[in-house]
Amino acid sequence: MSRAVWGWLFAGPALVVIVVFFLLPVLAALVLSVTDYDLYAIASIHNVRFVGLRNYADLLTNPLFWQALGNTVYFVVVGVPLSLAASLGGAVLLHAKTARYAGFFRTAYFAPSVTTVVAVAVIWRYLLHTRYGLINYALAQLGIAPIDWLGDPHWAMPAIILFAVWKNFGYNLVILLAALGTIPADLYEAAELDGAGAWAQFRHVTVPGIRGTLVFVGILTVAGYFQLFAEPYVMTQGGPAQSTLSVLYLLYDEGFKWWNLGRASAVAFVLFLLMYATALVQAKFTQERAS
Amino acid sequence: MRRRGLWVNALLVVTAAITLFPLVWMVAVSLMPTGQSATYPPPLWPTHPTFAHYRELWSHAGMARHLANSVLLAVLSTLCALTLNVAAGYAFAKLEFPGRARLEKSLLAALVIPAQVAMLPLFLELKALGLVDTYAGVLVPSLAGIFSIFLVRQAALAIPGELIDAARLDGASEWTIYTRVALPLMRPMLVTLAVFTFLGSWNDFLWPLIVLNDSERYTLPVALAALSREHVQDNELMMAGSVVTVVPVLVLFLSLQRYYLAGLMAGAVKG
Repeated sequence: MSRAVWGWLFAGPALVVIVVFFLLPVLAALVLSVTDYDLYAIASIHNVRFVGLRNYADLLTNPLFWQALGNTVYFVVVGVPLSLAASLGGAVLLHAKTARYAGFFRTAYFAPSVTTVVAVAVIWRYLLHTRYGLINYALAQLGIAPIDWLGDPHWAMPAIILFAVWKNFGYNLVILLAALGTIPADLYEAAELDGAGAWAQFRHVTVPGIRGTLVFVGILTVAGYFQLFAEPYVMTQGGPAQSTLSVLYLLYDEGFKWWNLGRASAVAFVLFLLMYATALVQAKFTQERAS
Repeated sequence: MRRRGLWVNALLVVTAAITLFPLVWMVAVSLMPTGQSATYPPPLWPTHPTFAHYRELWSHAGMARHLANSVLLAVLSTLCALTLNVAAGYAFAKLEFPGRARLEKSLLAALVIPAQVAMLPLFLELKALGLVDTYAGVLVPSLAGIFSIFLVRQAALAIPGELIDAARLDGASEWTIYTRVALPLMRPMLVTLAVFTFLGSWNDFLWPLIVLNDSERYTLPVALAALSREHVQDNELMMAGSVVTVVPVLVLFLSLQRYYLAGLMAGAVKG
């Protein structure tokens, strides 16, 4: 058998699966998003009609969509920088020459990120409990009145952000830690000879040294945070007052609760465009900074 | 300098306390008698440790069944994904075939499309195939992955071409070269990929939630989410459910963390 045939035999099965169960559905989603595919269409395909861009237009006039979009953007815009700052801080600490038992700490920090979102969200729901939660108990020791974390529309999203920062802390930390290891030690020595303090060294040696990795981690984290779903599903069910309803949650409700698959597909494409545009801006921004 | 070292280590300890506390406390609460967790100040330790909640999970909530479902699906998805992705990644690195370069480019472009875009039509497709509410339906999206293929391709590119050419000169078939030369050389990466896939399947929530209706087939996360909506007040029972869901992956991670972290760090620095 020729090598070309072997090549197709090896790559073929995976490619067939990707085409049949991923690429074709993506194209179908595009078609679906310009139809009124709903519960009646599931019963009989003859009930489907082409509606042009009506699903998209409906979305733009739907206050719930804007609410979900606003919540998701809030989660990304506040959550991602917090998440990155925490992970970078942790990585720098762990990378310090004076740090002891670095291997143990790395494992301890990474542990939450291998856990199941649903399970740890259940734990956090209890930690955040207004009356019996440990977080309010700790705040009470500092003289702060109890906060109705998951029941107050102003606090529900910050609570979920807190949870997400905890959950993703170690994952980004490990990637950043690897990047910190690639910065030559003599750069720090030279900076120290020039009289640069810890902060100056961080700004002028550490950050430029890991810029590429920071952007990579940033893009991955943004993409992940745009897909917010399990956290509100378990902790708040999108409430209170829709304050934690995310775009993906709206997609799930539209598609699999109300069976408006046409409209849900439009939501899917809006989410995709949003994620894509953000990634482009991030990549562009760093190219400009680098040149 | 000594003072700074002290600060660094103190901060490291505090951070570890924050990351680990919820997990340790989950175990403690799961052993508390019913109602102890709903007292103030919040108890840290069970006064009279009991396994009653685990027994209830097993006898009433069918947790053994969900555990078995999760294990079965994670193992199957890991086996399938490894078989398909490793072969494809190897082909993209080491086997010339017509259309390869163009395929590579298309796959790379498709990498930016989030899985959720395909979800709705995929559901209809599986419905037409009669696969909704089956294990196969849960497995389908994770059978092959573009990202994994590129991960394997990267590892396969590191295999010296002379080694493969020498084997070809000796008359070895491409299949023999793949199984005898390439796979052993890629073993560390295969373990990494296996752990990633297993964890991905175990922790997956949205897709099994969509595709499964019969609670008999629920995986642990789906069962736990359903349970948490029924038993909002029953903290101890919910914590026991979380323990059952989280401990297997923590053990897996602890025993294979060398591979897992190495893979994560290698992929990131190259990327």
